[in-house]
Amino acid sequence: MTPFAGWLMPLRYASETAEHQAVRHAAGLFDLSHMGEIAVSGPQAGAALDYALVGHLSALRPGRARYTMICAEDGGVLDDLVVYRQDEDRFLVIANAANTDTVSAALRSRAAGHDAQVTDETADHALIAVQGPAAAGILEPLTAGLDLAAMKYYAGEFGEVAGRKAWVARTGYTGEDGFEVFCRPEDAVPVWEALASAGAGAGLVPAGLAARDTLRLEAGMPLYGNELGPDVTPFEAGLGRVVKFDKPGEFVGREALAARAASGPRKRLAGLTIQSRRIARHGYPVLADGEASGEVTSGAPSPTLGVPIAMAYIETGVGADRALAVGIRGQAVPAELTDLPFYRRRQ
Amino acid sequence: MSVPADLRYTPEHEWISVDGTSASIGITEYAAQQLGDVVYVSLPAPGSTVSAGEPCGEVESVKSVSDLYCPVDGEVIEVNTELEDDPSLVNAEPYTAGWMFRVRVPQDGNGDPALPPDLLSAAEYEELTKSAG
Repeated sequence: MTPFAGWLMPLRYASETAEHQAVRHAAGLFDLSHMGEIAVSGPQAGAALDYALVGHLSALRPGRARYTMICAEDGGVLDDLVVYRQDEDRFLVIANAANTDTVSAALRSRAAGHDAQVTDETADHALIAVQGPAAAGILEPLTAGLDLAAMKYYAGEFGEVAGRKAWVARTGYTGEDGFEVFCRPEDAVPVWEALASAGAGAGLVPAGLAARDTLRLEAGMPLYGNELGPDVTPFEAGLGRVVKFDKPGEFVGREALAARAASGPRKRLAGLTIQSRRIARHGYPVLADGEASGEVTSGAPSPTLGVPIAMAYIETGVGADRALAVGIRGQAVPAELTDLPFYRRRQ
Repeated sequence: MSVPADLRYTPEHEWISVDGTSASIGITEYAAQQLGDVVYVSLPAPGSTVSAGEPCGEVESVKSVSDLYCPVDGEVIEVNTELEDDPSLVNAEPYTAGWMFRVRVPQDGNGDPALPPDLLSAAEYEELTKSAG
């Protein structure tokens, strides 16, 4: 167990590599109850979110989800979010655990003047994710009132899991098919146990934070605090597409983000494959022809590729024509630019 | 968790097995579990001199990198080259196939291996890991 944003989280249950492989080839079960759930409800909830976030949330249909971000006036990223439209008048905003208070306060202040209420409902939700190619087959027999087979990626519905009320969505952070089950905290243990027992024969194992990190890294997904933070805009992270300049009305950060879109990003997020068994870790320098040219944001051994991989911010002019290396505790270890994501599941 | 009774230990979670003047060294099962899956081990070069309590290598896992400390003074005579291809041996068999390096230990006046006085017995080491939670 490890302390994480005020929660005590399992880093691993057994071997993180085995947990990673289970998610790629069968299924993994994650306890993500640390994530923040913030409800925005009322007749103008969509308009309030259009103003507060960089995405066009009022255009989202009920039962669908969107990946988006909340930025500061200067365009810096305050958090990356998944937003579910659960109902015409109700959105559920999923924030990173460490940012829940910041996001909640920003949403409340930005919703002022709209007919919308912002409520931090983190304590009312547990979140259990079942991820991997076997996830649908494991979850389906436990559900009632849900059509999992017809549920699209980035969609969600209210229904029952193991006889308990839940919001079930086809979302995740692993690069695999999978579902996230939001239930009441008092229902979390029975839901977890039902999933664990239903999945045991299909190769499902409980998976911890360490596997979650290597899974999302292979899938090229950013992690707040590593690839995202107040010092970068979505454009540096290669995620400029989440900023919807053509939506109606103003939104916080528009001016700064428009300027950054016009000027181009100040640095770019790149994938690296390390030519060694050593891991290029967060904060290690990236060298181009021996000169400091960037910094590693995340790095880990890739269980799927069998080599260490990393994401790094590098200077925009640095390309494959330069000899790249990562300074690993004083030694320049050669690295190769690699297109993101490192891993894409077969459809 | 296993702590073999015939080995000696350090508070830095190395084990040492002495046979005559040759000492085999590795890390304990407790250490391997704490580190998680080991992905890379850097060992001292054969022929080099190592000193008790000094870092002489690195053990890298998915989540962390830790110094490897040498429990004794001596000269490195052999390293476990199997770990280059399969560092997971450290997790799977920390006391046998996952051994790390062997050191020739100098002899004291009685012809016995000169070992630091503060090496721990299995019982003492087990006590230490329990109090660390």
